[in-house]
Amino acid sequence: MTPQLAIFFVLAALAVLGALNLIIQRHPIHSALSLIVVMIALAGLYLLMGSEFVAAVQIIVYGGAIMVLFVFVIMLLNAGVEERTNVSKLAGVAGIPLAVALLGFLAAAIARSNESAQTGLQSGTLANTKEISTMLFKDFVYPFELTSFLILVAILGAIVLAQREKN
Amino acid sequence: MISFLNANATIIIYLVKIALLLFIVLTVNAYLTWFERKVVAHMQSRWGPHRVGPHGLLQPLADGAKFLLKEDPTPAGVDKFTYFLAPLMALALALTSIAIIPFGPQPLHIFGRDITLGIADLNIGILALFAITALSVYGVALAGWSSNSKYPLLGGLRSSAQMVSYELALTMSVVGVLLLAGSFNLRDIINAQAHHPERGILGWNVWPQILGFFCFFVAAVAETNRVPFDLPEAESELVAGFHTEYASFKFAMFFIAEYTSMITVSCLCTIMFFGGWLSPFPASWTFTHYLPSVILIPFGLWVIWDGIRYETIFGKIILPGVGAAIFVIGAVLIAFSSVNEFIQGPFWLLSKIFVFLFVYVWMRGTLPRFRYDQLMSFGWKLLLPVSIANVVITAFAILMWGAR
Repeated sequence: MTPQLAIFFVLAALAVLGALNLIIQRHPIHSALSLIVVMIALAGLYLLMGSEFVAAVQIIVYGGAIMVLFVFVIMLLNAGVEERTNVSKLAGVAGIPLAVALLGFLAAAIARSNESAQTGLQSGTLANTKEISTMLFKDFVYPFELTSFLILVAILGAIVLAQREKN
Repeated sequence: MISFLNANATIIIYLVKIALLLFIVLTVNAYLTWFERKVVAHMQSRWGPHRVGPHGLLQPLADGAKFLLKEDPTPAGVDKFTYFLAPLMALALALTSIAIIPFGPQPLHIFGRDITLGIADLNIGILALFAITALSVYGVALAGWSSNSKYPLLGGLRSSAQMVSYELALTMSVVGVLLLAGSFNLRDIINAQAHHPERGILGWNVWPQILGFFCFFVAAVAETNRVPFDLPEAESELVAGFHTEYASFKFAMFFIAEYTSMITVSCLCTIMFFGGWLSPFPASWTFTHYLPSVILIPFGLWVIWDGIRYETIFGKIILPGVGAAIFVIGAVLIAFSSVNEFIQGPFWLLSKIFVFLFVYVWMRGTLPRFRYDQLMSFGWKLLLPVSIANVVITAFAILMWGAR
């Protein structure tokens, strides 16, 4: 087993366990912490694939900004331990087969792709920051600008919602 | 044994470097508290620590022993896991960020190997640092939440709001420097300031990026929760803020984390805006290369002279010993020009870092704390627009006249 493969399995296990823990934990803050573990493990996987920029951005945006906001809101609302209800019948009947089907589908897709579980190093196009920015601002400039416009609209919406109370 | 060492040389060198850097950083941290207390005391016409050892020099050791020996009660009703995790996270992240700082231009040749000064030379250096900063909010926020007490909770809330607000300005203010350097790598950023060796101090990023530097420094001080942005621990309002419920070594961990991030921020200011290890003098002024000796030799002599006046053992023996060591280092630098050349980079880098640490302490002795609404409007209405304007102006200037 190469070191890369070992690191891959450690990170993958962290991501999966973090995701499971996110569901199992009953306190919102603990769930949020598990989600942070998932985000960082994913960043590690990106790093393993050689895309440093994406890894750093993953931590800064998801691990940092977004999850801090989650934690902040949970702390602000002082959310307590969540109540457990009996699992609804529908979830048992429809959920488990659907989950098994999804797992099977994913496993089949991975098995058919003839690639090893660990994806190869990103070469050239997505590896370094310069390539990513050229791609964003040349090939995908319209989707990129459209996305920024969408975010701008969302920000304006948030400001309007926040100011409504004053009237 | 020898073959084992040769086979795993890279790993062993890394481990030794990490251990050495940790030792140095923790020692510097300890003496930074001494320095801070001393400087603030003199600004306020007091003596500061002066009982333990000459000039209070052993005070950090006494503090450390006190931190270790104090009782460490866990308050009832805390969230155990998070309560223990928070100080660990704060300290680990603060210490990790030091690993990315490069400390000198040339590698050191020992045992036939090139040893670079600095642990991790990352392509995404500055981004990795921001990633660590982004995560370091959790130490403070979780400490505040998990203590299950109202003042820490308020401190944690303030801290997370403050850090989210100032992180934007922090990141935007660096973009100008990145545009000038064309790289995230800290070494490349320094080398980009060395294109005109004859200009010396005038070639540094701080001149074209004065707005960026202002935004970066203010935002970085806010990120490290230092005066005047120390609202998370505002002792006059919140007892001790987020670490009210922490005692003994867990408190010390927050303390060390705060001082380590001060060092990191000073390193970053130096590297990105003040030329890192570059000398402020034009490259042709080779006589300035003797400046380290000119400072070290009189300082060593002064320490010897100061030490022998004391009647304690520490003063009589250890201070003159340290003084003699400093004197010898200064003399060696004059005698061996290759050593002198090697020491130039680290000398300037460390001097500039020291100046920034002094500025930190100076601000603490001078400025009153911001009010919470002032803090928010300052961050969002002044820093963020100014740093965005700086990015636009820099980009425009580079388009018009090129990066250098």
